[in-house]
Amino acid sequence: MTDRRNVSRAVLEDRAKFIRTETVRLSRIAGAGHYSSTFSCAEILATLYYRQMKIEPGRPNWEARDRFIMSKGHAAIGLYPVLADLGFFDPSDLDTYTRFGSNFGDHPDMKKVRGLDFSSGSLGHGLSVGLGMALAARVQKQEYRVYVMLGDGELSEGQIWEAAMSAGHHGTQNLVALVDRNGLCIDGHTEDINSIEPIHKRFAAFGWDVQRIDGHDLDALTAAFDALPDGRNGRPQAIICDTVKGRGVKRMEMSLDWHVGNLVGEDYDEVMAELEAGLKPYVPEPAE
Amino acid sequence: MSTEMQNEAEIFRGTTSGETRFKDHRSVRGTPRAGMPAFVLGEELAELAQTDPRIVVATADLASANRTNDFRDAHPERFFDFGIAEKNMITAAAGMAACGLVPYVATFASFAAILGAEQIKTDCAYPRQKVRIVGTHSGMSMGFYGSSHHSLEDIGMMRAIADLTVCCATDANHLRALLRISVDHPGAMYIRLGRGRDPQVYDAVPELAFGKARRLREGADLTIIATGSTVRASLDAAETLAAEGRSVRVVDMWSIAPLDRDEIAAAASETGAILTVEEGNITGGLGTAVAEVLVDLPRVPFLRHGVPDRFVEVGPPAALYANYRLDAPGLTAVAREFLG
Repeated sequence: MTDRRNVSRAVLEDRAKFIRTETVRLSRIAGAGHYSSTFSCAEILATLYYRQMKIEPGRPNWEARDRFIMSKGHAAIGLYPVLADLGFFDPSDLDTYTRFGSNFGDHPDMKKVRGLDFSSGSLGHGLSVGLGMALAARVQKQEYRVYVMLGDGELSEGQIWEAAMSAGHHGTQNLVALVDRNGLCIDGHTEDINSIEPIHKRFAAFGWDVQRIDGHDLDALTAAFDALPDGRNGRPQAIICDTVKGRGVKRMEMSLDWHVGNLVGEDYDEVMAELEAGLKPYVPEPAE
Repeated sequence: MSTEMQNEAEIFRGTTSGETRFKDHRSVRGTPRAGMPAFVLGEELAELAQTDPRIVVATADLASANRTNDFRDAHPERFFDFGIAEKNMITAAAGMAACGLVPYVATFASFAAILGAEQIKTDCAYPRQKVRIVGTHSGMSMGFYGSSHHSLEDIGMMRAIADLTVCCATDANHLRALLRISVDHPGAMYIRLGRGRDPQVYDAVPELAFGKARRLREGADLTIIATGSTVRASLDAAETLAAEGRSVRVVDMWSIAPLDRDEIAAAASETGAILTVEEGNITGGLGTAVAEVLVDLPRVPFLRHGVPDRFVEVGPPAALYANYRLDAPGLTAVAREFLG
């Protein structure tokens, strides 16, 4: 069922960089943006859209396409540029980002943006949407996969676990949950606010096959996607991606200050230069 | 077990016949007790699905209570019981709709519309997905199960959501008509049903169009605008009042959103007064919807009747209807007092 394009690691690295720089550029238009939540899932998004998903930008409603749901909808700012880059719409459309009447708001609207498979914004819904789409494939005898990007803070929502239990019960193997495990929610570390570990064991207990990888490691992401089994029926698939919130910009990495922020002036130029130079090894701040 | 308890137990057996108490839980198709047409929900959907492969049905552990088991038996591959997880059910239905299916999801109204309100708003109405949320056992029809199981607020809550069609089924024949025109209607829809015992109003399956009320009786002194379970009682009250020399028009305002403004305007200009009747909280419901139309028209005597913005007592439904004067004798008295 797969139609993976032969995309090099260098291309994926470059597209992840593109997702980050576009996020910084668009945030300046809006005067605020979800930088750090988008930076944490840049490699996941790049691998998914440029290598993994079976899509045809010329046919956004193609019935047999793979679906993607950005359940952590506040990272839409990283998804819009990808859709534009792939040809779903004109990249210059993004210059209206968040302006009055724009098709592009902080959270994605499927009615307004070509290439979006569903809207989101209210956390906790996306896995249910994906489950419904995975079950629809069964009814319609289609072979597509449904990928759902979940935030780790979002896992506190009860509906996620309703969907996880239901997917385990229905055996929707074509449903793939991608957890962006970046460690932070708005008020602090997830484990301090409402602990969600061990995430992999929790999904496994609900009947899912689970992989846990470094979500910034493109080789690991590629391997995890390649390991997904074909076919609709079996165990639903979860890939827990351990990531760093704000990854790629030193001042934002694991910082609580950049869930929403605005870079202007010299700060903007510095961050753009930092991103253009490419990812440096992540070195956690020493514990106080 | 008392007779009343037996009747209450029937809610979960999905049948109105005490004789089937220890038999198969599935419905007794086409054999409702006289005057109490049981749900035809699953049966009608199963028939529609014979020729329409898009139709799928889901419930949340209430397949026998809401008769979606009739659909399950006919089309098991297109039936999904999501268990007691209503939010997941409603949102999953939105996902299915986004792939071209037309899902009907049914559970008690209190859990469909009130527990699931945000899922209906965010996942169904806003992205204009063709999900049909069917809330059964609405109003106070669950009697002594109490306020958690009563849905007095669902009309008001659902009509406050943009891009959501909201309608109430009047009886079995009306529900059949409603389901038939619902399949191809654009966008999301909330369909409010009674408990399945709603007495007959329509002798045959009526012709319906969304936004078009049904005028069931002509009159000049008063128009009763009713919906759902209160339509039969309104007709019976009108009959009693006619014998007393009062000429009462009765309108079945089954389509709450879109609302038939012309029918309301006609009532305001052609009859002497307007009385709205609903099995629910008058705050935000049908009465409020009608008031929103009347406020733009020349003044006409107007009364909203229903539950006066409070939670109701527990008790057998018939006792509750009597207490809130939503049965025929009660409505007759309300109308008499109103007309003076």
